[in-house]
Amino acid sequence: MELQENVLQHTAAYDYDAFTARDVHAALSKDALDVQDFGALLSPAALPLLETIARRAQADTRRYFGNSVTLYTPLYISNYCDNYCTYCGFNCGNDIKRGKLTLDEIERELRAIANTGLEEILLLTGESREKSGVAYIGEAVEAARKHFRTIGLEVYPLNVDEYAYLHERGADFVSIYQETYDRTLYSACHPHNSPKSDFAYRFAGQERAILGGMRGVSFGALLGLGNFRKDAFAAGVHACKLQRKYPHAEISFSVPRIRAAHNKSASELIANAVSESELLQVLLAYRVFLPFASINISTRERAGFRDNVIGLVANKISSGVKVTVGGHDDEQKGDPQFSIYDERDVKTIHSAILDRRLQPVYNDYIFS
Amino acid sequence: MNKMKDILTIGGKEFTSRFILGSGKFSLEMTKTVIDRGGVEMATLALRRANSGTDNILDYMPEGITLLPNTSGARTADEAVRIARLARELGCGDFVKIEVINDTKYLLPDNAETIKATEILAKEGFIVLPYMYPDLVAARRMADAGAAAVMPLGAPIGSNKGLLTRDFVKILVEEIPLPIIVDAGIGRPSQACEAMEMGVAAVMANTAVATARDVGLMAAAFKSAIEAGRNAYLAGLGRVLEHEAEASSPLTGFLED
Repeated sequence: MELQENVLQHTAAYDYDAFTARDVHAALSKDALDVQDFGALLSPAALPLLETIARRAQADTRRYFGNSVTLYTPLYISNYCDNYCTYCGFNCGNDIKRGKLTLDEIERELRAIANTGLEEILLLTGESREKSGVAYIGEAVEAARKHFRTIGLEVYPLNVDEYAYLHERGADFVSIYQETYDRTLYSACHPHNSPKSDFAYRFAGQERAILGGMRGVSFGALLGLGNFRKDAFAAGVHACKLQRKYPHAEISFSVPRIRAAHNKSASELIANAVSESELLQVLLAYRVFLPFASINISTRERAGFRDNVIGLVANKISSGVKVTVGGHDDEQKGDPQFSIYDERDVKTIHSAILDRRLQPVYNDYIFS
Repeated sequence: MNKMKDILTIGGKEFTSRFILGSGKFSLEMTKTVIDRGGVEMATLALRRANSGTDNILDYMPEGITLLPNTSGARTADEAVRIARLARELGCGDFVKIEVINDTKYLLPDNAETIKATEILAKEGFIVLPYMYPDLVAARRMADAGAAAVMPLGAPIGSNKGLLTRDFVKILVEEIPLPIIVDAGIGRPSQACEAMEMGVAAVMANTAVATARDVGLMAAAFKSAIEAGRNAYLAGLGRVLEHEAEASSPLTGFLED
């Protein structure tokens, strides 16, 4: 709770309009940036200085990650959900095709993905303890362990003992996105007393994952849901403070922008729309603020954007992506969570990385 | 931080001076002069030298000075703990600088033993300031063990070589949520100033002052340098222009808004 209050206080005090170009230059002149400097990089005053910030960010990315760009893909194993997130295609009030892979189907999907050469996988479910419980996720992790070296989870937040259980089965990384750090908006977006409506439980998810033995945790806000500067700032401070508390934990960021979800009219979504320049600004600010953090670029962005941000800010990219339940080997069993803007397969992404004189990396983790 | 009144707080006690004096190398009668001219509010006291025959250093310390007894001479955590308890019994207060050295050639501190002693003494209510080799992991353990500040060395003790450990001290300043006090190695006021510019909370010096031709004047020089460095830190250092070649093609030309 102390961590949460700390992050929310910083965020409440963050007045992005108060920063000037001078503050941005001052931040860039430092070896290590503090929270105020991070705020400057996310401010409107920094938007005309993206090229300057990009030069610093590229140097930081090269210093920490060299030429490496890691490839992975997500696998949705179930889209049953008990939540009513207003922005999401899996909203349980939505009339979509629901599905859940059997263990055999998971095995077939995993094999098909492994055949593309990938060695890292991210397993995803909707939030339904009934349809996709911890034991089910555990079985999926055990199956994935046979084909992949690195396994991440993007499932609903769990208790420490449950994270420990899944870590023992072979999972090492956990992604939990707070969506928005604006508590009022959070309540409005997660109505009906659904499991996800508990802001604090979700906020402390990364800490529980670390306490359960996970190697790394991912942070992010769904940019455009609320004020993207405040939310991107809060996610950065959240990650920074947690890393300080658990210096061994690996930190990573994703920067999902709100995009049309199934059954969701586009007009409702554009109110807080985040432009590509603003999205890049967020990516650059994360890189310069926490240069050691892993930054992932998803297929919510178009190929041209993704190809240009790898090596500049991002060190990780998904490929061969399906956001349906299954669909890699068998026919898909459930509708997608959102639309994707880059459908290139692993081979094509691999070549795109080489074309930029970067090095595709499939695994950098040795198991004990 | 209150910029009108820039206060250093250690163990609940407030200091306006950021110059901590090591007292082991002066003749006792010079102590008061150095303290006055240096504006010193905290001075160390080597317990093993506290009472050399007839003279007692405590008799030379001006009123209002916070004593920082050190455990010099200790080779293990246990010995440091014993010396600290003795200092408290002798009325030197609750502050203690832990110094555990078991290398007689380089006089480098033993971080592992220092962590142990920090934990024991912090539990006993001491305000513990461990002297250490600037190692991030060790500093974290000292902070976890209850240290009130951390005292990394700038260079081997007595060497007057300055801030050889600059980059590592800087890491402590960034990562450890305690006052960082550079102790040992500072040979010139300019080096003390540089440490303060980096954001360390205070500087401790002894040899540099004690070996000057005019000890009082050197104490005054350190006072000014430390204040200058502190002010520069608070003012925010200006940008160092980097003369990098401009990228031939822009990095952000791909954006489509």
